[in-house]
Amino acid sequence: MSLSEQQVTQIAYLARLSLSDDELQDNTKDLNAILGLAEELGAIETDNIEPMAHPLHMTQRLRKDVVTEGDQSDLFQSIAPKTGNKHYLVPTVIE
Amino acid sequence: MSIHQKTIAELAQGLKDKEYSSVEITQHYLDRIKQSDLNAFITVTDELAMSQAQAADDKIAAGTNNILTGIPYAHKDIFCTQGVKTSAGSKMLDNFISPYDASVSHQLNQADTVMLGKANMDEFAMGSSNENSFYGAVKNPWNTDKIPGGSSGGSAAAVAGGLSCFATGTDTGGSIRQPASLCGITGLKPTYGRVSRYGMIAYASSLDQAGPMTKTAQDAAIVLNAMAGFDEKDSTSAEQDVPDYTAHLNNSIQGLTIGLPKEFFSEGLDDGVATEVMNAVKEFESMGATVKEISLPNSAYAIPTYYIVAPCECSSNLSRLDGVRYGYRCDSPENLEDLYLRSRSEGFGAEVKRRIMIGAYALSAGYYDAYYLKAQKTRHLISDDFKKAFDEVDVIMGPVSPTTAFDLGSVKDPVSMYLADIYTLSANLAGLPGMSIPAGFSNKLPVGLQLIGNYWSESKLLNIAHQFQQQTDWHQQMPQED
Repeated sequence: MSLSEQQVTQIAYLARLSLSDDELQDNTKDLNAILGLAEELGAIETDNIEPMAHPLHMTQRLRKDVVTEGDQSDLFQSIAPKTGNKHYLVPTVIE
Repeated sequence: MSIHQKTIAELAQGLKDKEYSSVEITQHYLDRIKQSDLNAFITVTDELAMSQAQAADDKIAAGTNNILTGIPYAHKDIFCTQGVKTSAGSKMLDNFISPYDASVSHQLNQADTVMLGKANMDEFAMGSSNENSFYGAVKNPWNTDKIPGGSSGGSAAAVAGGLSCFATGTDTGGSIRQPASLCGITGLKPTYGRVSRYGMIAYASSLDQAGPMTKTAQDAAIVLNAMAGFDEKDSTSAEQDVPDYTAHLNNSIQGLTIGLPKEFFSEGLDDGVATEVMNAVKEFESMGATVKEISLPNSAYAIPTYYIVAPCECSSNLSRLDGVRYGYRCDSPENLEDLYLRSRSEGFGAEVKRRIMIGAYALSAGYYDAYYLKAQKTRHLISDDFKKAFDEVDVIMGPVSPTTAFDLGSVKDPVSMYLADIYTLSANLAGLPGMSIPAGFSNKLPVGLQLIGNYWSESKLLNIAHQFQQQTDWHQQMPQED
């Protein structure tokens, strides 16, 4: 199968990216080439194979539910694009 | 021998013998960086370096030093460094002054090293040529018309070009081994989970692993001693004891069984590279090793498997970059959606966008099973191939890259660039440790030999590499300077 420019526009939107006309053309070509590469996997029999999500087959470690970090909001917000009253500011969402 | 030609072990001896101070060697490197046109650094931290060097000299005078005290290094710009810009090679993080240290940064500070600056890299570690950096391509010190490899291209060029004594790198699909190979230095990607990923900006979390890039295997062992270890701040960090990686360097490799995967020597491998790799293998035979042909039947599928798994993980990891809490924000957003869309579209480069989109598509409803789940299953098969191989052999050897360094700007199509990762990707998919060590030259450009070991066999790999470096002098070659 092959992705159309319309589908690539939709994928870009899912990833919150917008593409210029040139970028759309280039990406449609490139994404199709990369997915063409991925189709090679169809040749492998994997019916009874477990998916491998992690190289060491680890399980998530749990830790005690205690506070380990102090309040560093001023430090963290010092690099934010826009803040006010300890909040991160974005354009108005609800009028 | 000039200061920048010395290894960590040699510099440490000179510091101990008061031949020079850390301030002097740090100044020497900073002067060389200033004169260099390799573009190996994104940020040079000269003031910080001089204060760290002074503190190191104080420790040496007081006798409270260790082997890394006062040794200058280049830190890949993917590791968070408190108070210092950490860009990951991206416009998205061009204004990001990290509020905290990565665990690796902390560990190297604890070891009293001197950070010369932050090394250039492909944006978010996505690339094999260092041409995807927002800060421009890095040049190969052996021939400045050539790429240094990537994504740790700045790190490799800094070490090869005598701009730092050692460097840090990260390797998600070959990003330590391939630039090490193309720049003629020693690079080690440890077993997944060996080095903490805390504060190392994530690309593909089940593949990313940090490691040392050095002049010699002995130096790699010294740096790995400082970098390795369990970290409760990284949930995938392994609770595994850290041996002294320098302890077994001098062991004999008599009786070592080397496996040569026939798939690594087939179509697509440059003749000059093949010749140098086979000469290195012959050297090992003369040292008492035996060679056996093996097969990794699914290794050809490493490229499609990796280029699904890694983009899926990256599309998820990079969703955090939205122009709200830190990083780039577009000018005058009309509304929240416009803020997301334009901040991300203006902040990310072409390759990063491409991989995010591949991941978003492969994870989307209706395609997840066909792409992501399928790739996770083939990943299992690739990993099982290695398990079988390590029942028969102690170490796997082969080329790192199918060719030597190619011309800057010569590979424009992304799939062609991906195909060059064929020999390095499978070790990441399996989580195994791998190394590149200098093994010769083809057309005046360095050729690396790849070593892949079983899980947690870093000591063994370093031992094998060190023994090779006792018999050869490829690792001592440095590019000629005008």
